[in-house]
Amino acid sequence: MGQMLAVKNINVYYGSIHAIKDVSFHVDEGEVVTLIGANGAGKTTTMHAVSGLLKLQSGEIDYCGTVISKLPAHKIIRLGLAQVPEGRRVFSGLTVQQNLLMGAYTRKDGKEAIQNDFDMVYDLLPRLKERRSQPAGTLSGGEQQMLAIGRALMCKPKMLLLDEPSMGLSPLLVKEIFQIIRNVNRQGVTVLLVEQNAKMALEIANRAYVLETGRIKMEGEATELANNIEVRKAYLGAQ
Amino acid sequence: MQFLSNLIGGVSLGSVYALIALGYTMVYGIARMLNFAHGDVIMVGAYVVFFAFCSGGMNPLLAILIAMAVCTLLGVTIERIAYRPLREAPSLAVLITAIGVSYLLQNGALLLWSANPRAFTSVVSIPPISLFGGRLTIPGNTLVNVVVCLVIMVGLWLFVNRTTPGHAMQAVSEDRGAAQLMGINVNATISLTFAIGSALAAVAGALLCSSYPMLQPTTGAMPGIKAFTAAVFGGIGSIPGALLGGILLGVIENLSKAYISTQISDAIVFLVLIVILLIKPTGLLGKKRVVKV
Repeated sequence: MGQMLAVKNINVYYGSIHAIKDVSFHVDEGEVVTLIGANGAGKTTTMHAVSGLLKLQSGEIDYCGTVISKLPAHKIIRLGLAQVPEGRRVFSGLTVQQNLLMGAYTRKDGKEAIQNDFDMVYDLLPRLKERRSQPAGTLSGGEQQMLAIGRALMCKPKMLLLDEPSMGLSPLLVKEIFQIIRNVNRQGVTVLLVEQNAKMALEIANRAYVLETGRIKMEGEATELANNIEVRKAYLGAQ
Repeated sequence: MQFLSNLIGGVSLGSVYALIALGYTMVYGIARMLNFAHGDVIMVGAYVVFFAFCSGGMNPLLAILIAMAVCTLLGVTIERIAYRPLREAPSLAVLITAIGVSYLLQNGALLLWSANPRAFTSVVSIPPISLFGGRLTIPGNTLVNVVVCLVIMVGLWLFVNRTTPGHAMQAVSEDRGAAQLMGINVNATISLTFAIGSALAAVAGALLCSSYPMLQPTTGAMPGIKAFTAAVFGGIGSIPGALLGGILLGVIENLSKAYISTQISDAIVFLVLIVILLIKPTGLLGKKRVVKV
């Protein structure tokens, strides 16, 4: 199991704001790695840099041996690196089924293979099946999150980037979403997870990085960090 | 009977406005910009038809196809050279550029083809239809305008709602970033939108000049503004809205000309627009964009 994603000393600016400062991390094949941190720590910026929506000032991002930091976003996904964006961003005017088809936009392996993956996604997320011909805008927050995950799975990713999948969901739904992420990982998809809900994220992750004001502050095994006194105080609500 | 005739005339004019409005509304929906040069692409299309058909004697359908090809190329080139570099720029910069392109096309036409108005021969050779024992006559132009407009609307609606490139267009229109994450090439989608809008502009140019047979470099300007009004009227970004807005605008304009005054008919048209926007700011069929934080 080699390195799948390697982020090397990247710097990203939002206008004149230096949002990401010399950040490096890596994700090995088959792992669940989480980036945790408070609001504004630079988690989403990091995600957008990986998926190509934001350009780097300096540094490099490698994915499966290819330098992807110079590629446009619509080409990066063709390499099997899919992102579930923060706030779900499903296409509200399209139906559930059409949203999933958009997820399969880059695929050229024929209708049958895509149909198989429809079945796989509906199997994993049965609630979507009931709502397949409904416009995505009419779904509840939890269902939209499931759709966003299902849509990303439709491109047959080798690696999935998930940005705040628990945001705005009830505790029960958060559990369900994390169970889904675990199942996706068990099916062989490598996961990079960005979360404010550090407790849940550390529970399912193998390794974790703590991001603070644009820098990596700590890194280690997830269980180790979950017991770290600083992490407990800052992110897990320990006294 | 006179009223019915005026009404039908309005629907005919409105069909042409609707075709032009499609170009505005699709480009706005996908690229989030107002392409004020769109009206002048119509003019270029009409000139191509003029030289190929009216003075060149070519088959009218072939002439229109050539005009469509020329306008498609023109529209895509304008987008590539003038608008694409401004993709991340403030919308005011794009708007001013579009007005600049509009003047460029008008003055380019002035230079190439002079200001002399040309007498345009109608591309339609269908005889008029007589109804109610000859009391109501529907000109061939009118029939063609309405049929062409409806066929194009239905075709476009099917394209946008039933095909994958159409869904990709909707995706780009809703959320450009998320569309990119699906692997959709946003630039290519915007080019496609300009291509479709400009090809329809060529058709609209031929139909417009067949109904109002005078062609000069400023021919596209006023219909362009009115079609833009129609697009806003129906709800900019909405394809059925362009149809509804275009037809309503044509009817209002024609009835005002017939019953109020030919001189202030344009003022009435714009007054109605202002009233509609005061009551329903998103236009008749426009959707409110919900911005979630």
